[in-house]
Amino acid sequence: MLRYVLRRLLTAIPTLFVIVTMAFFLMRVAPGGPFNQERGLSPEIRANLEAQFGLNDPLWLQFVHYLGNLLRGNFGPSYNMPDFTVTELFAKGLPISVQLGASALVLALLLGSVLGTIAALNQNKLGDYTVIALATAGSTIPTFVIAPVIQLLFGLTWRLLPIGGWGDGAFINKVGPVLTLALPQIAIVARLMRGSMIESLRSHHIRTARALGLSDWSVVVKHALRGAILPIVSFTGPAAAALLTGSVIVETIFSIPGVGRYFVDAALNRDYTLVMGTVVVIAIFTIVFNLIVDVMYAVVDPRVRYD
Amino acid sequence: MTDIAATVAPTVIGRSLWGDAWARLKANRAAMFSLYYLALIGVVSVFGPWFVPHQYTTIYADYVRMPPSLSAYPKADMIETALTEAIKRMRVDIKEWRQEGNQVFVTVKSTRPIDDRNIRYLDRSDAFDDTKIESKSPDGLEVTMSASIKQQYFLFGTDNTGRDLLSRTLMAGRISLAIGLLAGVVAVVIGVVYGAAAGFAGGKVDEVMMRIVDVLYSLPFIFFVIMLVVFFGRNFVLMFLAVGAVLWLDMARIVRGQALSIRRQEYVQAAEAMGVGQRGILLRHVIPNLLGPVVIYMTLLVPQVIILESFLSFLGLGVQEPMTSWGVLISVGAKNIGTANWLLLFPAFFLVSTLFALNFVGDGLRDALDPRDR
Repeated sequence: MLRYVLRRLLTAIPTLFVIVTMAFFLMRVAPGGPFNQERGLSPEIRANLEAQFGLNDPLWLQFVHYLGNLLRGNFGPSYNMPDFTVTELFAKGLPISVQLGASALVLALLLGSVLGTIAALNQNKLGDYTVIALATAGSTIPTFVIAPVIQLLFGLTWRLLPIGGWGDGAFINKVGPVLTLALPQIAIVARLMRGSMIESLRSHHIRTARALGLSDWSVVVKHALRGAILPIVSFTGPAAAALLTGSVIVETIFSIPGVGRYFVDAALNRDYTLVMGTVVVIAIFTIVFNLIVDVMYAVVDPRVRYD
Repeated sequence: MTDIAATVAPTVIGRSLWGDAWARLKANRAAMFSLYYLALIGVVSVFGPWFVPHQYTTIYADYVRMPPSLSAYPKADMIETALTEAIKRMRVDIKEWRQEGNQVFVTVKSTRPIDDRNIRYLDRSDAFDDTKIESKSPDGLEVTMSASIKQQYFLFGTDNTGRDLLSRTLMAGRISLAIGLLAGVVAVVIGVVYGAAAGFAGGKVDEVMMRIVDVLYSLPFIFFVIMLVVFFGRNFVLMFLAVGAVLWLDMARIVRGQALSIRRQEYVQAAEAMGVGQRGILLRHVIPNLLGPVVIYMTLLVPQVIILESFLSFLGLGVQEPMTSWGVLISVGAKNIGTANWLLLFPAFFLVSTLFALNFVGDGLRDALDPRDR
């Protein structure tokens, strides 16, 4: 197992290299530069700024410099927020985004699994149809509709939650964003769980367990769940990577100072280092979570062996 | 032998693949209802803006953020405000005013003689029309004017700058649906051509083509989209052609897989054994069997594109003012939920109901076309 993990981490290096290279050159092919938009910047000052950040060097040299810095764990300064390095920006925003994303993920996994199991146990009955209807709604309504509707209902009409803001991480401020992030994921998990649970309940060992007179609870939770959980495990990898790296929509609507907005803002302002930093962080999250998921497979399903 | 062949006339009419699928689809009530609903939304969005009395760009300065109402504006209590506003612009004072049915009569006085051309200030107000001078005092210091009240309906209310939300929502529907179809078609065309080419070529070529798809998959999708915005600027037609050009990856995979599996089917081998040429096999066997998945995927792609368009417009990267789309309207609505929630609710209802309908049609088509179910 340890050797498998090490091998996977080694193969991640070329993948990361390809992603970094493509992102770097794609970004530079785009017209404009980080200091083009500021009006009133005299040509001399702009030239000085560009010289200071090495933007006048040949592109390949800049790439080599960037890679060298990256290997030393230095993401470089942000061009548009000159008081901060990219590392500092992430140190500030990432914990916030991760908190929200992780809460949403846990909520989605728990609630989605429960709903999916309820649907599977009541197949083609009222409970099933209710869950399917909820799941359809959850996966159809886009986030940028859910978020303002939550603000409208809970924030303005019933005055239960603040409309937005981070409030230094107060619980009440997290409810709205977490709900918005979780709803579409709950829908997906419930659908996956329903399908795999129906299949799992039909298998031989479940019939045996029932024949042995085990209680419904024990049959479902101890035996059927273990077989049904694999699709959920493989869903968790990409979902975790996406949720933990922040959502532009949710963070914009609820005014949350996370990392979700960095990517869009940075790309539009040609803040090259911040864009690259975001790409690298997202790529690392994706690689790590896919690895965790593959390891989890072996834990959940003893038939899976990595040697 | 010939006798028998002549008497056993073909009495059984076979149903084609598509006839069969259509019959199944017609039996699916949710899908059919969604299909009618989509047709309705389509017709209303395409032709509706010509029948709404307001242009989607017309600004009614007197009717900013009016809530939706089935009765006409101006409301009874708004007439006096509109009148005093207009009279104030004339720099004269109101002596008296009264309303008779659909007409207002107002007498104004001033310390200097009043110019006849002042009546244009009443016409300029969104509330009044057909202003006439009824009588004038001999010294010209007092004038009585009459104007008819302009009845206007804002069924969906008006937005922050006083534009009719109904016509904007319909116009937005036009743009959102057009973009969905446009980008959807682009994605399907590229995906089908690429996937089919890879599937047919097979071997090394297939291997390389699919690795390219894998690499493109591994970059964050939003990165591509934002790069495209950066390249194409705010030209939305070009941009959505480009967005379509990004969404073809799934289509290419599906088509390649299908093409590979169809080539290995026994009926294709039988046709080859009978000496049917490549062209014949392609036209008679491969393309008809590919169409099913392509049609299903297309109905699922259109809502994806519409969501993507709304997402970009929400971020201010997509469709630009004064042109509008559901995403633009929802983003404005989300910023004004405290004071004008209809700005969010109407466009959101249109968008969400359309997405629902597209999903149901997609599911219905999948059930209708999936050969495994038969």
